[in-house]
Amino acid sequence: MRKFFTLLSREVTSYFYSPIAYIVLLFFLIVSGVDFYFQISFMNQRPVPYSVQEAFFNSVFFWFAFVLIFPLITMRLFAEEFKLGTIEPLMTAPVRDWQVVLSKFFGALIFYLVLWIPTILYFAIFQYVTHQPAAASTGAYWGSYLMLLLLGMFYLSVGCLASVLTRNQIIAAVISFCAITLLFFLGLISFVLLDISSQTRQLLGYFSAIEHMGTLSRGEIDTRPIVLYLSMTIVMLGLTYQAFQSRKWRL
Amino acid sequence: MIKVEHLTKKYAGQTAIRDLNFEVGKGEIMGFLGPNGAGKTTTMRILSSFMPPTSGRATIAGFDIFEQSLQARAHLGYMPENVPLYSDMRVTEYLNYRAALKGIRHRRMAERVGDVKELCGLKEVENKLIGALSKGYRQRVGLADALVHEPDLLILDEPTIGLDPNQIRQVRELIKNLGKQHTILLSTHILPEVEMTCSRVIIIHKGRIEACDTPENLLGRIRTAGGVTLEAKTGSDDGAYELKKIPGVRDVTVNEEDGWKRFSLRVEFGGDVREEVFRLARDRAWDVRELTAHRATLEDVFVEITHSDVE
Repeated sequence: MRKFFTLLSREVTSYFYSPIAYIVLLFFLIVSGVDFYFQISFMNQRPVPYSVQEAFFNSVFFWFAFVLIFPLITMRLFAEEFKLGTIEPLMTAPVRDWQVVLSKFFGALIFYLVLWIPTILYFAIFQYVTHQPAAASTGAYWGSYLMLLLLGMFYLSVGCLASVLTRNQIIAAVISFCAITLLFFLGLISFVLLDISSQTRQLLGYFSAIEHMGTLSRGEIDTRPIVLYLSMTIVMLGLTYQAFQSRKWRL
Repeated sequence: MIKVEHLTKKYAGQTAIRDLNFEVGKGEIMGFLGPNGAGKTTTMRILSSFMPPTSGRATIAGFDIFEQSLQARAHLGYMPENVPLYSDMRVTEYLNYRAALKGIRHRRMAERVGDVKELCGLKEVENKLIGALSKGYRQRVGLADALVHEPDLLILDEPTIGLDPNQIRQVRELIKNLGKQHTILLSTHILPEVEMTCSRVIIIHKGRIEACDTPENLLGRIRTAGGVTLEAKTGSDDGAYELKKIPGVRDVTVNEEDGWKRFSLRVEFGGDVREEVFRLARDRAWDVRELTAHRATLEDVFVEITHSDVE
């Protein structure tokens, strides 16, 4: 376990040694800030049936930034080690393969969670300035941040898999961007194809990140997305582990 | 310390190493020689558990490298070729990280890392970014990393490649000193280095072990073990004809330059024919301006063994 934490702390600190981290942080801060500003100005013009917090997590701006950050966070994880050859000293040290895979995944997850910290501040400031509640209830905060965590875990694990398949960071980024975008749009098909049965619509809705976010950010804690995203994360990490081990046979 | 049995590694369609068998005893410095592409790095990568063999087995300190890989790796300090390092870390930070990965307890960390920095001469760059270090220092960081957990066995892949002559000398001294407490397997194609540091040598060629012996025995094994150079004016004599008659001389080649003849004599091992050559020259009244003996070097052994693909 101690080796796992050693690896994990190396992963987390290595994010902050690279300029990519600061560019991602800055980009994310700008987009989420703009999102927040636009939602409030929109609500200032007419009465709406939802809270600031709900609006923030369900806008186009939010999803745009959301899908884009995962390839940036995960592309270097394994690809860089393969490219620089640092995988050799790493894997000849007495560490297990799963320790390396999990440390990289959780390192990325920690960085991802750091990205979201400023958004909590937005709601706090809103309440402080306007004396209005930003969310309908405390449950709404729990729901939306839980959804961020779940969906983040799933998309990061997809990114891990993409990165372990290649030694080229750009290729890793493109693979994970395509995969994540496709997974994301899978849930939008029901809006495009109008002549489908209600069962198909329901099934597609089950994969729709937007739909789950809509539910959870209202404060309804639905167990279906929890099961879906946790199990998918485990599957993706399992595949990553297998692909990582296969390097031995491909060499 | 290392025991290798029938080790074979095949890459897509080609065999990198073929049925290797050797043992390295405790406290030995074993040199691993071979031309580029002979299979040195492949063997070392298999021994360090970086990749599995196609067939055969190997143990390190009694642990199977495949089935007890973790214990085997814990007994091993490995320095890969070209020393890949994280360029965004500082020297001390990197060594601390590596020490923790290799299971050094927290309270011993500062002491161990301090020791290897001292040993490898890294004190003056300890706070520098690894990316900003010169090749020589990077090499030493790699060596310090290999040593930090006091392994019984060190596997060093080309430890002196890319270094300047002074640095090569320093690293060689370091390896010699390390040999007092550690078993070392080192690969190189710098032959004088092996003669100076290694107690035994394996010569590997096209994936096969061609020779495995002490440097002295290897020298004894080759037929053309040494030579003598004579530079003389022989007057009306042919020179080569007379020299060939000396017992122990295998053959003679001649180069002529401004009236001086330069003879290269190849002799049987163990013989020194300089006295006979001198007597011959005196009796025939040759003018001599050089008479030198050359000892056979590992280079001769190496060339003789790996000769087939040179031609």
